Amino acid sequence: MSVRILLLLFLLMTCGVRAQGFAGLGTDAEGFSVPEPGRELVFPQDHGPHPDFRIEWWYLTANLKDENGADFGLQWTLFRSALRPTAGKGWSASQTWMAHAGVTTGEDHFSTERFSRGGIGQAGVTAVPFSAWIDDWRMTSLAAPGNDSLSALRVFARGPDFSYDIALTASGPLVLHGDNGLSVKSASGQASYYYSQPFYTVTGTITLPSGRFTVSGRAWLDREWSSQPLDPDQTGWDWLSLHFDDGAKLMGFRLRSRSTDAYTSATWIEPGGKTTAYGDGVLKMTPGRVRRVAGRDVPVEWRLQLAERDLDITVRAINPQSWMETLVPYWEGPVTAEGSRRGQGYLEMTGYE
Amino acid sequence: MIAAGFAALLSHWRYRPLQLLTLIGGLALATGLWTGVQAINSEARSSYSRAAAVLGQDTLEQLQSDSGGPIAADRFVSLRRAGWLVSPVVTGDLRLGQNRVRVMGFDVFTLPRGAAPIGLSGNEDIAAFIGDGLVLAHPDTVAALGDTDLNLRTSLRVAPGDLMADIATAWSLLERRDFDYLLLAAEQPGGLEPLSQIVPDLRRVQPDAQGDIARLTDSFHLNLTAFAFLSFAVGLFIVHATIGLAFEQRRAVIRTLRALGMPNRAVVLLLLTEIVLLALIAGLLGVMLGYGIAALLLPDVAATLAGLYGANVPGTLTLRPDWVLTGLAIALGGALLAVWQGLWRIARLPLLAPAQPRAWAMASRKNTVWTTLGGLVLLLAALLLAWFGRGLTAGFLTLGALLLGAALLLPAFLSLVLALGARASRSVMAEWVWADMRQQVPNLSLALMALMLALAANIGVGTMVSSFRYTFTGWLDQRLASELYVSADNEAQAEELRSFLAGRADAVLPMRSLEVDIGGAPVFVYGIVDHATYRDHWPLLESLEDVWDRVAAGEGALINEQMYRRGGHRLGDRIAITPDWAEEIVGVYSDYGNPTGQMIVQHDRLMASFPDIAKLRHAVRVPPRDAQALAEALVDEFGLPPGNILNQADLKRFSLQIFDRTFLVTGALNIFTLGIAAFAIFANLLTLSSMRLMQLAPVWAVGTTRAELARLEMLRTLALAVLTWLLALPVGLLLAWVLLAIVNVEAFGWRLPMHIFPAAWFQLLAMAVLAAGVAAAIPVWRLARTQPANFLKVFVHER
Repeated sequence: MSVRILLLLFLLMTCGVRAQGFAGLGTDAEGFSVPEPGRELVFPQDHGPHPDFRIEWWYLTANLKDENGADFGLQWTLFRSALRPTAGKGWSASQTWMAHAGVTTGEDHFSTERFSRGGIGQAGVTAVPFSAWIDDWRMTSLAAPGNDSLSALRVFARGPDFSYDIALTASGPLVLHGDNGLSVKSASGQASYYYSQPFYTVTGTITLPSGRFTVSGRAWLDREWSSQPLDPDQTGWDWLSLHFDDGAKLMGFRLRSRSTDAYTSATWIEPGGKTTAYGDGVLKMTPGRVRRVAGRDVPVEWRLQLAERDLDITVRAINPQSWMETLVPYWEGPVTAEGSRRGQGYLEMTGYE
Repeated sequence: MIAAGFAALLSHWRYRPLQLLTLIGGLALATGLWTGVQAINSEARSSYSRAAAVLGQDTLEQLQSDSGGPIAADRFVSLRRAGWLVSPVVTGDLRLGQNRVRVMGFDVFTLPRGAAPIGLSGNEDIAAFIGDGLVLAHPDTVAALGDTDLNLRTSLRVAPGDLMADIATAWSLLERRDFDYLLLAAEQPGGLEPLSQIVPDLRRVQPDAQGDIARLTDSFHLNLTAFAFLSFAVGLFIVHATIGLAFEQRRAVIRTLRALGMPNRAVVLLLLTEIVLLALIAGLLGVMLGYGIAALLLPDVAATLAGLYGANVPGTLTLRPDWVLTGLAIALGGALLAVWQGLWRIARLPLLAPAQPRAWAMASRKNTVWTTLGGLVLLLAALLLAWFGRGLTAGFLTLGALLLGAALLLPAFLSLVLALGARASRSVMAEWVWADMRQQVPNLSLALMALMLALAANIGVGTMVSSFRYTFTGWLDQRLASELYVSADNEAQAEELRSFLAGRADAVLPMRSLEVDIGGAPVFVYGIVDHATYRDHWPLLESLEDVWDRVAAGEGALINEQMYRRGGHRLGDRIAITPDWAEEIVGVYSDYGNPTGQMIVQHDRLMASFPDIAKLRHAVRVPPRDAQALAEALVDEFGLPPGNILNQADLKRFSLQIFDRTFLVTGALNIFTLGIAAFAIFANLLTLSSMRLMQLAPVWAVGTTRAELARLEMLRTLALAVLTWLLALPVGLLLAWVLLAIVNVEAFGWRLPMHIFPAAWFQLLAMAVLAAGVAAAIPVWRLARTQPANFLKVFVHER
């Protein structure tokens, strides 16, 4: 889901959070398009950018193990943000790009970020053939003709102290969240377009200061775009994607609000790709143990209950210090799930002061 | 006991308020001048380092084009796509009405961390910066620009005279579509393909931690600091003299306290406490005074720096804790230094030592021998340092040793002259006058030393400045030989300009230059065409035969004196400009005021190696009477903006104006120093006047009137001032020589011929006599008004 991040938005400014939702996400959409019910998502076109919407992202997380069974988490994200509804050209283009990359192990967490303006070729996304890039970071389609272009990908990124190069193959269909891809984010109706490809298997290498690791595992790609995903009153969110050992998957999020109860939403994904969306209040997310991370108190353990699926699990961070030291900082890292079902996945938490 | 003792010691000042005033005033003046100059320096330096830090120029490596030209925009994107973290910068000068500003365009997305922040925050700002052409500028710049079409916003983080904008905005202002250089982030990802393979035509340039401006202006600040230090030293003489006297006069009180049972240690501690309190009060006053001086001088200094070096320093002063604290510390340290000797004596004073002021003078007489010896040793040291010393520090040590040595010799010099005078005198009265002067020398010697230092500094610095101005004027005539200097805004316009001028001017000389790195230092290489302008006028210091023929044939280079001295080159040496291009040194020319190396080579040879150098600037030769008309034709017929034309006469006048303005500040400091020395004399005479009664009373008793005594007293003071000036003269000239031939060469790399201006010496003599006269006026007036009863008392109670 997410609202992930969005953080982003770019740039600068965590101080706007108090008045305007996290990272300025709760501001006005004036002049930009807004998501509307009934629009059918069309592929491969919707894999590409939607510049008339204010924000958008291509968000990949992976749970991996090396040959010795050690856990790794991996993140690759490209955000697009439009400064203005007008297009602009070349160096005056009003599209901006931001990317985050991270690698998490049981002991360490590496993260780095990139920025670029649109219009000059330094960063961008094309739907056909699918390619998303910023600088030398890339997510490019390896799909055979006739298949969905996101069904096979190669993903590369590097920072000052790490790099990775992985290949992904999807074993299931794209998954639409909410109402056929329209995901509602608050009681007052803010929404985004949101779909995922959660069925990837991954192989590749990760290079860290401690050495080079051959890894394999599972990955989840989120695609989301909107112009005003948060209510001004909402201060942050907790988002989870989980792969259960029996092949089922769960996406769930909880948007925290200053004045009302948290708003929750979930999608249950059966092994074959059939989805069930659950609206506000059905998924219960209860924070557990709190750890001091980067000078803030962050819950790194959660209890998740989804009565309709007899789900009652505890989710724990593999590395509680999975802090993204980026311009807009947040927590993002791999987790394990135990309880009525076992599995693994990714947790993202924003807006913790 | 302690409190009562302290009160007893402090009561001294209650009875001698003038002495207290002298002490605090002297220390405050000295501290004030020092603090003021430090305040000016730190204000200027902080603005230089802000300028040097703009866009990380002080810490980040750059990629620049080998050919000296700009870098195409798509190179930036391909480097980023190859993984290199680079960020583009475009910079250029822009004329807006009457103002010239520097535009710096950068890319906020890729600007490495560590590059100076420019004061943007939040999405709105970024959007305005990218989308609305927002331009950031210092408030002074915004005020100077007045109404413009620019979307200006003030930011204190931008240096005055700079405009900071997004690349796209800067491009449209500068009418460009490329970059001047790419900044390299300090931390790059591992495993990248080497730059030498991706972009073999771009070279890495090391960051410039100091910045050109800081290097350029070093000389100026050195000058100020040396002056401030001298003033402070002179101020310390006052404090030393006053405090010594105050201790001496309190011997009776101290003896009484000790006789009453107060431990010696307690007495010393009380005196120490007293001086610390006084020093802190004086220090505070001094800091305030310094702030005033700095605020007064800063606008002039700022104007000088802007005109002479193009350095922009705001004309307003910020109170910085560092120089406030330094001011207090130096007042305290100086006072303790001055009081050390007195305290030491008291600590070792026998319990019932006779409390006679004469003992002070007697002891001093014995001291004269040692002082003289010390002076001789210091002069010898100065000589050795001048001969064998290397480096700026040695130059300053030479200066210090020379000044201090000469000051220490002053008492012996005066005694000698006065002894000779006494021998030549015929009448009893004359003999007494001479003898009495000699007797006074030890008491006045510190104040006279201060006067001597001030006079010598005045002569030395005055000679240096005048020599500089004299040489500089002549040199300007040689260097600025062309009648007009014309620049075009772009290559197309330059082309038209050349054809426009072709029929109208005697000659159009291209001016092409490029900065290269030779031996780790920046050197500007100029390409010239063969022309009589150079052959007839260029200020060559040394050259081989047929020097101009060789340069014209592309077989040799001229280098400036700075480069010549710094590199330890000789004529005939070869200097590599690029790995595959070296030139033989065929001549050396003077290049005053320029801190960097410079080379002159043949035009075509330069353009062959660096084909992308901008061909915009030209020197134009026309008969001088036609220069104005041609300048007008360029504006009216050709349509060149008036700011693109520089007239030789204006240029010279402007240069000299700036020059004089620079030394206006020096002149002001000179007067301050002399004032402090006069104050020292005043302080000494005043405190001595009561003690003098004992020597004057017998002369009065044998029939000399008080008016006559007062006249003689004034005469003596003036005579001592004249004698001091006599010694200061050779010392000042030596000082000038050290400044010109040693310090200047070590600091800036060029040597100035010394010119002597005797008229100025006599002007100074007049000032010295005036200062001494004013200083003696009150004590002498008091003497003339002394009640006869007071003279009589001398005979009644000898202490």
